[in-house]
Amino acid sequence: MNLLLTLAVVFGILVLVRIANVAQMAAELSGETDEEEEEKANKWNSLGFLLFMVIGLPLMVYCAIKWRPLMLPVSASEHGVGVDKLMDINWWVLIITFFITSILLFWFAYKYRYNKNRRSYYFHDNMKLEMIWTVVPTIVLSGLIVTGLIEWNNITDIAKTDQGMKVQIYAKQFDFTARYSGKDNKLGSSFFRNITDTNPLGVDSADTNAADDKFSSELVMPVGEEIELVINSRDVIHSVYLPHFRAQMNAVPGMTTRFHFKPTITTTKMKEITGNPKFEYIMLCNKICGVAHYNMKMPVRVLEKDEFTKWLREQKRVFTRESLNAAAAADSIKAVVDSTVVSAK
Amino acid sequence: MEVNQHNEVSTHHDDHGHHGHDDHHEHEESNNFFAKYVFTTDHKMISKQFLITAIVMAFLAMAMSMIFRLQLAWPDVKFPFLEDVLGRWAKDGKLDPGFYLALVTLHGTIMVFFVLTGGLSGTFANLLIPLQVGARDMASGFLNALSFWFFFVSTLVMCSSLFIEAGPASAGWTIYPPLSALPQSIGGSGLGMTLWLISMALFIASSLLGGINYVTTVLNLRTKGMNMTKLPLTVWALFITAILGVLSFPVLLAAALLLIFDRSFGTSFFLSDIFIDGAPLDYAGGSPILFQHLFWFLGHPEVYIVLLPALGLASEVISVNSRKPIFGYKAMIGSMLVIAFLSFIVWGHHMFITGMNPFLGSVFVFTTLLVAIPSAVKVFNYLTTLWKGNIQFTPQMMFAMGLVSTFITGGLTGIILGDSTLDINVHDTYFVVAHFHIVMGSSAIFGMFAGVYHWFPRMYGRMMNRKLGYAHFWLTLLGVYGVFFPMHFLGLGGVPRRYYSNTGYEAFNAFVDINVIITIFAILAGFAQLIFAFNFFYSIYRGKKSVQNPWKANTLEWTAPVEHLHGNWPGELPTVHRWPYDYSKPGAPEDFIPQTVPYSETPESNTPDDHKH
Repeated sequence: MNLLLTLAVVFGILVLVRIANVAQMAAELSGETDEEEEEKANKWNSLGFLLFMVIGLPLMVYCAIKWRPLMLPVSASEHGVGVDKLMDINWWVLIITFFITSILLFWFAYKYRYNKNRRSYYFHDNMKLEMIWTVVPTIVLSGLIVTGLIEWNNITDIAKTDQGMKVQIYAKQFDFTARYSGKDNKLGSSFFRNITDTNPLGVDSADTNAADDKFSSELVMPVGEEIELVINSRDVIHSVYLPHFRAQMNAVPGMTTRFHFKPTITTTKMKEITGNPKFEYIMLCNKICGVAHYNMKMPVRVLEKDEFTKWLREQKRVFTRESLNAAAAADSIKAVVDSTVVSAK
Repeated sequence: MEVNQHNEVSTHHDDHGHHGHDDHHEHEESNNFFAKYVFTTDHKMISKQFLITAIVMAFLAMAMSMIFRLQLAWPDVKFPFLEDVLGRWAKDGKLDPGFYLALVTLHGTIMVFFVLTGGLSGTFANLLIPLQVGARDMASGFLNALSFWFFFVSTLVMCSSLFIEAGPASAGWTIYPPLSALPQSIGGSGLGMTLWLISMALFIASSLLGGINYVTTVLNLRTKGMNMTKLPLTVWALFITAILGVLSFPVLLAAALLLIFDRSFGTSFFLSDIFIDGAPLDYAGGSPILFQHLFWFLGHPEVYIVLLPALGLASEVISVNSRKPIFGYKAMIGSMLVIAFLSFIVWGHHMFITGMNPFLGSVFVFTTLLVAIPSAVKVFNYLTTLWKGNIQFTPQMMFAMGLVSTFITGGLTGIILGDSTLDINVHDTYFVVAHFHIVMGSSAIFGMFAGVYHWFPRMYGRMMNRKLGYAHFWLTLLGVYGVFFPMHFLGLGGVPRRYYSNTGYEAFNAFVDINVIITIFAILAGFAQLIFAFNFFYSIYRGKKSVQNPWKANTLEWTAPVEHLHGNWPGELPTVHRWPYDYSKPGAPEDFIPQTVPYSETPESNTPDDHKH
């Protein structure tokens, strides 16, 4: 089979070479001069560029309109509204620039195609023109930079980061775990060496802040409340990506990262807005993290405040009496095993 | 003093040329395969070595992209032929998810480093710098040959990783640790990653040997009369690129070495607090972010190492084929210098959401968006060069036009990615993939094609077939836009890159059709490259013989004889009298005046402004 395929390819190439030879001879015999050939090429290719523009640009607009419904719905977070507005401003600037420059490019291609009776205009410097297209982009970009940075400072404002409800997002290959800080809004400290089967986040059981901490395998948030995601990873870099909330932050082993935002639309409300009864928010891993990277995700729900309180009450604490006892037992076993390993070495 | 140097060097070479090359060397070369094709120190042959290696590597990387495009378009379909090609990496015709990541990683690595850095700079710096500055060869032919052989070995090492048990490197071409450091985290981070790092170290050595040579040649071996402001923009672009490479590649080598230490010798430069495979590891105090800083300190200049030569080639091609001087010659050089400078202080825009201090992010937003200004200047200068030109649509001109188009389209979306606020939601999505494939991938490869079509007669003494060139161009242009334009929408819809499949996501089901469209266009573009390959290799042997100056261009390379000889010019080196862009000068009988024509011979077209160039 493979041999046959190889033979077919080799034979195909030989045939092509033959055809090309014949075509070349035919072209030489037909008496078409190079000049005629070039003239034809200039005509058809310049027309090609014109067509490419006349068909291509409207097609791009058509795609943008047709695929608009596939884009993310309105932002479900407070800062996201600002992000979207900024995005719109940027898009208009880009689209206008794109259309002007593309039309000029392809129009010139058509208009100034070769004509042996004409000569190019010997024109190679013009201070005024060059000033215009240095200064105008500078002004426009300054505007974009300033508006962008105002929004960025707003999103990353350190003063705000201590206000929200603290939720830890703990990433590992290939899932996320959420830890809620409970009534005290303080997360008990955690350390990778504490990790056991029953304590997968390595929370320090001696830390009293951990007493009311709770686990969840989905991220549930109350609407209209500030949330502060405290993000950690225990193995490789992951990324906490919440596209509907315009939120993203990497999870980096060995350090803590944070992202602060306020959800504004409940899941139920979003189902109405999108007209999709199956709509669900989602959190994705957005940094290559291993073979199952594409399957690393976490369901996300936004509830009314009272629903959220009820939900949180039902969640499992990080430490129960039983789990602590089990952990202690495991630790003592582990200590024995470790010491035997050490002595064996 | 500078002039003296030229004279000394040229005399030295002249002597050499007369006694050594004209008689013996030519003779030796034609009889001994190894001396002619393998251990050659002739820059023209080395340039061909680079080009053909790059073409082979480009086809390999393209074939990889075809395989993962099939997977992305039809995630549930089995392709039995894949098992024939990939064996256990595609059992029953189903691509293995780990191997998918390996393909993505190698596609990126090969395209960025071997094709668009080694292939583009290696080919055209070698071919054009000596020929366009009027030198007999590179400053050091030996280092130059060494540069190619390091490059060649590095490609071999990279390819060899395809055949090992655990599979090639698969942590993405950016090889962020800890994923790239820990074999427990992904199979490809074992021997595959070691080979990747060795290959890259060899590549960096190659790039430095080449770069130092290019810079030295441009500074020291210019012929009489060729001052820096009479250099064609190609040489300027290649010169600036070489400087960028010499300054930034060592930093990548540093990052790679530290990663090797972490992987093999237990250091903790990039690793800390890791629990994997049921056990805590003993690394402490390192930072994965440090690696990203080091990587992107090369990584961003690398973008311009890829792009600037393409822009330089396009500048030359556009000017020659518009029969018109390039508009704003000095502004073009200035904008390249500004881009090159800025490229060193924008790397943080790859890291807005990695946990880098947000204030630092603000600084990088500012510097990044500044890059748009010199880029805009370049685009407007290209447009003005076309304006009132007399445009010959040779295949190389088509590709140069394509470059300007993709440079606009892809460059503009960079403004969104460079804005930290907007980057939050499109970071690492298909929007990024679309952006850099258009602005860096397509523009650079279009520039490279423009260069190949334009200088093919200079390399092989024959012409490439025009009609096949047009077919190649149009299919490639359609392919490029068909593949990468729809990807913007995927990205805006929140689809992450480097996903083996999106079927696990209800929200992404709507994008299935778009992925099919993309793959169909990818196959079309791939097919177009076969036309190119056929045209290229066929024309080497059977193409129409080239005349001395087929494009009626002004630059020095077209004054050298069509038949190659070691030393480039048979007698004395040409003397330069004017800038390279005297096209359609009023009063001149022809629409071009080569750089070697003195003003005293062209009284009818001289103007008071002439001394300014």
